[in-house]
Amino acid sequence: METVKIVVTGPFNAGKTEFISSISEIEVVSTERRITDGSRAVKRETTVAMDFGRITVDDGLILHLFGTPGQTRFNFMWDILSEGMLGFVVLVDSARPETFREAKTLLDRFRRYSATPYVIAANKQDMADAWPPEDLRIALRASSATKVLSCVATNHASVKEVLLDLLYSILESARGD
Amino acid sequence: MALKGNLKDFNVTQLFNLINLAHKTGSLTVEERGRRAEVCFKAGKLVYASLNGQDDGLIGVLEKAGKISPEQSRVIRARSKTNADKELGLLLINAGYVTQDDIVRSVRSHTLDVVYLLFTWSDGSFRFEPNKLPAEGAITVPIKLENIIMEGSRRVKEYEMLQDELPDLDMALRFTERPDARLHDINLTVEEWRVISFINPRNTIRQIAKANSIGDFQIRRIVYGLLSAGLVELIMPEGPKMVPDASEAASAPPPVKRSLILRLIDRVKRM
Repeated sequence: METVKIVVTGPFNAGKTEFISSISEIEVVSTERRITDGSRAVKRETTVAMDFGRITVDDGLILHLFGTPGQTRFNFMWDILSEGMLGFVVLVDSARPETFREAKTLLDRFRRYSATPYVIAANKQDMADAWPPEDLRIALRASSATKVLSCVATNHASVKEVLLDLLYSILESARGD
Repeated sequence: MALKGNLKDFNVTQLFNLINLAHKTGSLTVEERGRRAEVCFKAGKLVYASLNGQDDGLIGVLEKAGKISPEQSRVIRARSKTNADKELGLLLINAGYVTQDDIVRSVRSHTLDVVYLLFTWSDGSFRFEPNKLPAEGAITVPIKLENIIMEGSRRVKEYEMLQDELPDLDMALRFTERPDARLHDINLTVEEWRVISFINPRNTIRQIAKANSIGDFQIRRIVYGLLSAGLVELIMPEGPKMVPDASEAASAPPPVKRSLILRLIDRVKRM
């Protein structure tokens, strides 16, 4: 049985747990802990270790979905999770410009992993204050080659589209066989 | 849909960059400690700016620019029967008080004064209303944003902000492929031109700074300006591969077979 991995990352409260929950065939394994710092006002619990979801492709292949910690003090987890991944989704809360700087910092860091395909998912597009994906592209200084996709992480169809877009990007960079 | 936020999170330079690159039309309102500025844009160009508490009418603008005297200002105000600046401007030109060029230059100067003041605001709420333009009758002067963004970035004094915006000096730069981003339309300092002349996918920002004997703060400020004006973009440097920090070391992506990805795509499609 072969397993492959896709990582979902993004700033605090961007919707990573919801994203994985919407597409995983198992209930997401989430190591949530009470927040003990200033982030309390936004969310009572946040991911301090990781989320884990699974999609069984066929008898010989399983896709694992990992959500990285949302706060910068857990950056060390990224190095563990990113090992051997096919690609990653950078999830951004489009309605909270105060998180764009953190998202941009993450993206700047990810440019070091340029060999790994990724897409940016502009989450919470169902909210009135959401910045459109094209504005988010400029705000995050993402290049025109980077896919910035509209997303509602609580919606199965929307998450599926983001995942497919990422898989098409991975396909473009995949070696033939 | 209006774009809302706080300057603490998304500053004026970033807002202007967004409006410039997206060729936006609309009105940006910024409020900071009782002050309120409204700046209007058409197809990505600045066209109008006003600040509460200031006399933004044409008479006030011309008086501030020294084109009419306070006495003339008082007389014109007393006799004027219109509030529309365009109409008033025509009357003043016809009466020989000012020329059309005086009006354009004065309005432009006033608009830039308001905008450069905005660059000093680091806290405050903003709201961008798409397609909202100044009131009918207001005089608008289109001004390209690249020069304003460059000037705004030259005034940046906070090192921490520059470090946030440009954390990695080991990245390289390349010119963007925007057809409207033309360097010859932009006023650059000698130091900025020096940096420009070294832009090449093989040169890291750090190497450019070293070659030009430019300090860390100054190179960040220059590159931040060029990035914000949409003239350049960050890329991984070409040539010998850099060794990332131990904390950032990532394993190379595994060799992926197309057939495996096609199986994944097929499965996700069926979900």
